[in-house]
Amino acid sequence: MRIVLPLSGVVAAVLAWHLAVAAAPGTLIPTPWQSLAAIGELAQKGLLVRYVVASLFRVTWGYLAALLLAVPLGMLLGLWRRGEYAMNPLMQILRPISPLAWIPIAILWFGVGDIAAMFLIFLASLLPLTMTTIHAVHNIETVHLSAGRNFGLTSRELVRSVVLPAILPQLIVGMRITLGIAWLVVVAAEMIAVNSGLGFLIVDARNAGNRYDLVVAGMILIGVIGVGLDALMRKLEQLPFLRWGYVSE
Amino acid sequence: MKVEIRNIGMAFGSVRVLENIELGVNAGEFVCLLGPSGCGKSTLLNIVGGFIPPTEGTVTIDGEPVTGPDPRRIFVFQERGVFPWLTVEQNIGFGLFKQSDAEKRERIAHYVQLVGLRGFEKSYPRELSGGMKQRLEVARALAVNPDVLYLDEPFGALDSITRLQMRRELLRIWHAERKTILFVTHDIEESVQLADRVVVLSARPGRVQSIVNIDIPHPRDLSDPRYIALRDEIFGEIGLAHQV
Amino acid sequence: MSEHRNVERVVLPLVVGGLLLFLWHVAVKVSGTTIFPSPLAVTKGIRQLPHLGAYVADSLLRVGFGYGLAVLLGVPAGLALGWWSALARAANPLMQMLRPISPLAWMPLAVIWFGVSNVAPIFLIFLASFFPVVLATMNGVRNVPPMYMQAGRNFGLSTAALIRRVIFPAVLPRVLVGLRIAFGVAWLVLVAAEMIAVDSGLGYMIIDARNAGKRYDLVIGGMLIIGVIGLLLDTMIRLLERLKFVRWAFHE
Repeated sequence: MRIVLPLSGVVAAVLAWHLAVAAAPGTLIPTPWQSLAAIGELAQKGLLVRYVVASLFRVTWGYLAALLLAVPLGMLLGLWRRGEYAMNPLMQILRPISPLAWIPIAILWFGVGDIAAMFLIFLASLLPLTMTTIHAVHNIETVHLSAGRNFGLTSRELVRSVVLPAILPQLIVGMRITLGIAWLVVVAAEMIAVNSGLGFLIVDARNAGNRYDLVVAGMILIGVIGVGLDALMRKLEQLPFLRWGYVSE
Repeated sequence: MKVEIRNIGMAFGSVRVLENIELGVNAGEFVCLLGPSGCGKSTLLNIVGGFIPPTEGTVTIDGEPVTGPDPRRIFVFQERGVFPWLTVEQNIGFGLFKQSDAEKRERIAHYVQLVGLRGFEKSYPRELSGGMKQRLEVARALAVNPDVLYLDEPFGALDSITRLQMRRELLRIWHAERKTILFVTHDIEESVQLADRVVVLSARPGRVQSIVNIDIPHPRDLSDPRYIALRDEIFGEIGLAHQV
Repeated sequence: MSEHRNVERVVLPLVVGGLLLFLWHVAVKVSGTTIFPSPLAVTKGIRQLPHLGAYVADSLLRVGFGYGLAVLLGVPAGLALGWWSALARAANPLMQMLRPISPLAWMPLAVIWFGVSNVAPIFLIFLASFFPVVLATMNGVRNVPPMYMQAGRNFGLSTAALIRRVIFPAVLPRVLVGLRIAFGVAWLVLVAAEMIAVDSGLGYMIIDARNAGKRYDLVIGGMLIIGVIGLLLDTMIRLLERLKFVRWAFHE
């Protein structure tokens, strides 16, 4: 029974899509079937794996680089009140600036290519991850910090045995959300600056001959992988040593 | 007989939580449902209030069967039940949509006075203490002039000193308005201090283990030998030694 | 003591900001670059731009329409999904699938449907802000404490009155937060949306400046203006949280 409702929702949507296209003859928009066929075509040409891997590759490295910087930075600013005061307005001004606005500068500094794209992913993930970490540090129960000090922990030990485990549940949620953002941005970045990947696929398919079935195929792949990445991150939240941090739904 | 509870049984799936509850409550009576956590007393109150349909049995009030919630029988939760987006006045006036403006104002003023919240009419719940919020909820319940009040461990979130004060307040209001009251608690002392009769429920599945008549007049002296005797009787019923 | 903190809150960022500007200026001078502008060059370039006001207005208009539409359609949709859980379960897979697709990826389809005009960017902004609004509203409804609904029914409220007098006020704070976040998303997507062939707006200014003549001073200037306006608008929406009818949820 649990599968029936979601399934019927999907079926209804696909049906509506098909009917809408069928009712508009001469439209460039492909039917669901045509889009699936296009995915098959990509697989045949060996491009499917290549493009997906290219996109995932860029996301992974840009995201990890951001993570490596954001967590220590976030912990520092979360614990050091003055540091946060100093940096906060700067972060608030940078936050509304779309990563895509950095494209001209990225290309200036790194030229057109993978590095520019990874730089954009890095930028897109850095601020959300940092702010999530700061927020998580602020949310640590003061009693836990007090207990740590009471037991005579040094600052480094405090960070390792209290702060880090305490922020982990919230951090993982923030990581999941930021990964979603990174995935969104990689597509956009690939539409501008590189010549492989799912974003490139969409732009190229349209420019090189109005292959809208490939365009929609690309969108479907992006959606599916996005859901997959999100599901993977959600699995992390299930780990026993993290579950304490999540209120039961 | 104001409230008649006949052969009430309740099961959630395969778990039986209530078994064969029979109880009659007279008009103007104060009855406590007492039992340990999980014995189903809150469930029973929800059934009597019409929020949950029972698996078996019926509840009738003034001869009418209970089929759903009704403004003639108002449920009082813990103080979290007041609406945080309304002032004290607006909360109390919440159920008064059938009255004229003038009547509304009069009623609200009366109940603000009755529960001792004068001066706080325009305050919001977040500005009130726990005890005050509880009193607000009682005022809101009373304002619609119900026949019966259901109270589900209303003082549970309050500190013990405030609890004693609130019990006195509740009895004062009850004497003034003479409503029928069904009060759920796990606190033995509380039940003996408040009720005309204490219905002791067993652990799950909840059954009526015994009904103890508290025949002491109000105000009840906590050092009175009769009070202590009745309290010890209930301790015994529940199976607790009165030594810590 | 708290006055001390407020002074720190203003002084420290100013010091850091000033330091960064100084380092930026020095880096430009020392490296002898002719392309990357110094802070002064950026201010000069922006001030000399004749269309700046028009660009800002166009961007605000596009965001306004796209976001406004998202709110108009998204709030009722979220309310419906929150109230009828069956509906939510049916719609969920579709929403999950559509969510990771960057608005920019909708660009080709948008151009087919709306041609090269103002409508396409507005559509992209609408798409981007629609989901956050729906989700926030839906979760708001789901999280109304059952106690409030029970009390409402207890006092004899009809379903319409229940929605109007209990659910609506109870959801409002959460919906407001969702609306604020959704606006942030809309503003962010603006740049992407204006990369389709429009010829005005802040996003356009950034992309076009680079293409049309290496005007990096306008690029950076545009970025900073986007940042500051975005922050201002976010702050203004936050002020709404002070309104009487929602204040109860934010200031315990």
